[in-house]
Amino acid sequence: MLNTLTLKQALDKLEKKEITLGDLNSDVKSAIEKLNKDLNVYLTINEKKITQAEMSAPLAGLPIAVKDNYCTKDLKTTASSTVLDNFIPQYDSTVIAKLKKAGGHIVGKTNLDAWAHGSSTETSQYGRTLNPRNTDYLPGGSSGGSAAAVAADLCLASLGTETAGSIRQPSSWCGVVGLKPTYGRCSRYGVVAMASSTDSPGPIAKTVEDSAILLNYIAGHDKYDGTTSTQKVEDYTKYLDQNITGMKIGVLYTDIEGLEEIKEIFIDQVKVFEKLGATVEFIKAMDPHHAIGVYTIIQRGEVSSNLGRFDGIRYGNDRSFFGHEAKNRIMLGTYTLSKGYAHQYYNTAQKVRTLFIEDYKKLFKDYDVLVSPTSPGYAKKIGISESSAMFGELEDMLLEPSSIAGLPGISVPCYRDPKTNLYLGMNLVAPMFREDLVIKVGDAFEKNTKWNSWRNK
Amino acid sequence: MSKSTYNLVCGMEVHAELKTNSKMFCGCKNDPFNASEPNIYTCPVCLGMPGGIPVANKKAIEWTIKLGLALNCKINLFSKFDRKNYFYPDLPKAYQISQYDIPFCYEGVIETSFGPIRITRIHLEEDTGKLLHKRIKGEEVSLIDFNRSSVPLIEIVTEPDIKSPEQAKEYGKALRDIIRYLEIGDCDMEQGGMRLEANISIRKEGETELPSYKTEVKNINSFRFVEQAIKYEMERQEEILEAGDIPQQETRGWDAKKSVTFSQRTKEDAEDYRYFPDPDLPPIRFTTEQIEKIRAELPELPTALIKRWKDQYQVEERFSELLFSSPTEAKWLEDLFILVQKENIEANKIANALANKKISYQQTDKPIDVVNRYKSANATDDISDEEFISVIKEVIKNNTDAANRYKAGENQLINFFFGQSMRALGKKVDATHLRKLLQQELEK
Amino acid sequence: MSNKITTQQVQHIAQLANIPVDDSEAKKLATGFEETLDTIKDLRAVDTEGIEPTHQVTGMENVLREDIVDDSRTFTQAEALANAKETYQGFFVVPRIIKK
Repeated sequence: MLNTLTLKQALDKLEKKEITLGDLNSDVKSAIEKLNKDLNVYLTINEKKITQAEMSAPLAGLPIAVKDNYCTKDLKTTASSTVLDNFIPQYDSTVIAKLKKAGGHIVGKTNLDAWAHGSSTETSQYGRTLNPRNTDYLPGGSSGGSAAAVAADLCLASLGTETAGSIRQPSSWCGVVGLKPTYGRCSRYGVVAMASSTDSPGPIAKTVEDSAILLNYIAGHDKYDGTTSTQKVEDYTKYLDQNITGMKIGVLYTDIEGLEEIKEIFIDQVKVFEKLGATVEFIKAMDPHHAIGVYTIIQRGEVSSNLGRFDGIRYGNDRSFFGHEAKNRIMLGTYTLSKGYAHQYYNTAQKVRTLFIEDYKKLFKDYDVLVSPTSPGYAKKIGISESSAMFGELEDMLLEPSSIAGLPGISVPCYRDPKTNLYLGMNLVAPMFREDLVIKVGDAFEKNTKWNSWRNK
Repeated sequence: MSKSTYNLVCGMEVHAELKTNSKMFCGCKNDPFNASEPNIYTCPVCLGMPGGIPVANKKAIEWTIKLGLALNCKINLFSKFDRKNYFYPDLPKAYQISQYDIPFCYEGVIETSFGPIRITRIHLEEDTGKLLHKRIKGEEVSLIDFNRSSVPLIEIVTEPDIKSPEQAKEYGKALRDIIRYLEIGDCDMEQGGMRLEANISIRKEGETELPSYKTEVKNINSFRFVEQAIKYEMERQEEILEAGDIPQQETRGWDAKKSVTFSQRTKEDAEDYRYFPDPDLPPIRFTTEQIEKIRAELPELPTALIKRWKDQYQVEERFSELLFSSPTEAKWLEDLFILVQKENIEANKIANALANKKISYQQTDKPIDVVNRYKSANATDDISDEEFISVIKEVIKNNTDAANRYKAGENQLINFFFGQSMRALGKKVDATHLRKLLQQELEK
Repeated sequence: MSNKITTQQVQHIAQLANIPVDDSEAKKLATGFEETLDTIKDLRAVDTEGIEPTHQVTGMENVLREDIVDDSRTFTQAEALANAKETYQGFFVVPRIIKK
């Protein structure tokens, strides 16, 4: 089945004329018809035909899944909320325009936690998505649909967004690769805003190589987004197949309470780096528990402001359509920004954020890449998001520090439980604009272990 | 009759639209008043669509600094934009991008004939859309046009230094004149290009503490109304205070038809705008060099210019005031004054002629051409005294009755003789000289 | 500082946030509120003396645009109105706002 190819494999085979795009799309379509009803990965399928321009461009018209919080021109965009159940954007987000220009063809819009608020995809107002690795479990979130689309081969690669964990965590739960670029590496213009100061569009793919290919096309300065960097976009694929001898790797968070289930497995996997010639040291960083508070306050504050525009006047439905989780977050955000409280909450959070940034600067003086588990455990069972009003932020604790600091991070599969078929992920973090480092080390890990299900069929 | 004398304690907040080409945070055209249709100058940013992100207009920021410098303000070298969050249908993002604690300009002063008024701050923000109230199919609705959404808006706030309704009016006018002179805004009040608000309270003569309350009067769209509204408020508040009460802290509107202020919203429940720095807009940092460059490019302001022309060229203020309204026009005039001085013509005389439209001219004319025009208009033919007197004698001879009446005391008849002589001479005459000779002959 | 949130407080915040909330939902939100405040309270134990807040991680400044009309993103009137439920002669429509 051609839909099980990686992006790179498909590109190579197309070029060599070993396969046709038509056959590949036919296989993708069949897979969707077979699985989407149960998995609920796609909310909207793109009916538009592939154009000649797409086929002639670098990504050759290959099928890419797009998280439904990217505005796509003439294609319904809901952010998985019924507030936008009838919203058809009159414009493309910049990343989508870039994807289209590069020849990527949108298969459809994938499910997410409504408004990207969550880590399970259960808060979607269009039903939850199931984890293709084991459908009793959730795919994680908020980019659960995109991660599941990749895991189930319902596309060749996908786009997600991460505010704090939303690319890496579902990638970890679904056993795929999720790359969260540096804040400002990819444009946020046209992406439904969650926390403006940490939102990062990024690829979710089958291999590190595929994620590097996609990043090449979607990264870059955008004059319509004043927080994007003018730093040149290099060819990230040149960091694949590299020797990591002599690199210094710092391992974080292994003695945090709650990681007991996975600790030994993780430590075992980290030894791979030593075998490859890197030095590995277990080190202490600033307590990630503090990041929960920082992230919760900053994110919910910015969310409460960013969701103000949804009033049903110019588009969408009125505010009574907001789901419970969205209301939760808007309320808390409003509260922590309000008179009398802003000082103790919002301003304090921004100060602690500075401490995390300083902590990373200190660590990166001695280490090239910092590594930790992506998620405290395997994918969770259905219904988990209702266990706590703060489920999302607690679940993403290990990822929040790098998100609030704007650093690039990648999650690669680092273990598969043979009993459940569920995965664990390893999170690699580097200094700002050093995607090359996480790609290099992530690729080395992937190619020297057997956890990637496409490289180890 | 009130027993005490009350003094006005008043500050004003003025909003002025900047006439940039594009909007404050997006590239849409900035021309809401002349738009042929509603909602034709909008985009994902100024329409508050999902994923819309602002990018600041450099010129609008420079013009804000320009105004600040012209009003003697200090400039914050580091500044930022903040979100002011509130809900209203004309505010598409449900927040207005404005400035909270670090405005571009602060602590300035403007002179008025009643004394100086301190400028607390000047900051830059974006305008809202426009609401139109209508009845459609029996229902009361509001129609919204977002052409004006995100047009750059400058806000100037004064200390409560205004001591009279007249001073308030003068302040408004002076501010408008400066903004127009700097060519950064048209301040057309009818088009909403300038909006006035007054914060008004009164206190007993001799008291120096600020009163415990103030009313905010909004929707004043002319200078005449600001004067009237303040007068009305002073009387209204005095009545309340004399009765032993304190006027309520509230927002009031001005009803131009009835010439009264009316209550709109109490300020007890003051809005909580939940200000925070806008994460989409990196902060702004100037160097002192950049500020000094803007300062160096400031034109000489009218008040200073008019005074200098008086000192340097002896041109009276009443003429200067009428002759220019922009720096380009001022430069042209100054070139003219310098030129006429070289030609030994009094600058004040030519200024008079221009101001009273005795000579027509356009800014596109070369000053030398206008000088020549003036010269020929005022050239007098060479007429000998002999010719003068012979004509005068003839006129007197033909009007002996009038001549006798003149001698008898009706001196104003000289004008009649003047007119007759002029007609008889049929040439350009030096009027002063003619009058002198007429007088001389009539008294013989 | 007590973390007990009353439904009244919730209603007040709901008003500020322009979100319609009925009483049963207010109760549920109040509980969630308390739980959240509880989780984040340990933040105040962190010593932030002399620390500057980071509002922007990019460190960028002066990102400005030239004052040029760029209508490549400007909507036609039809596009601007395309997603609105109610329009009238080129305007968006809302029920009349009665000022309190």
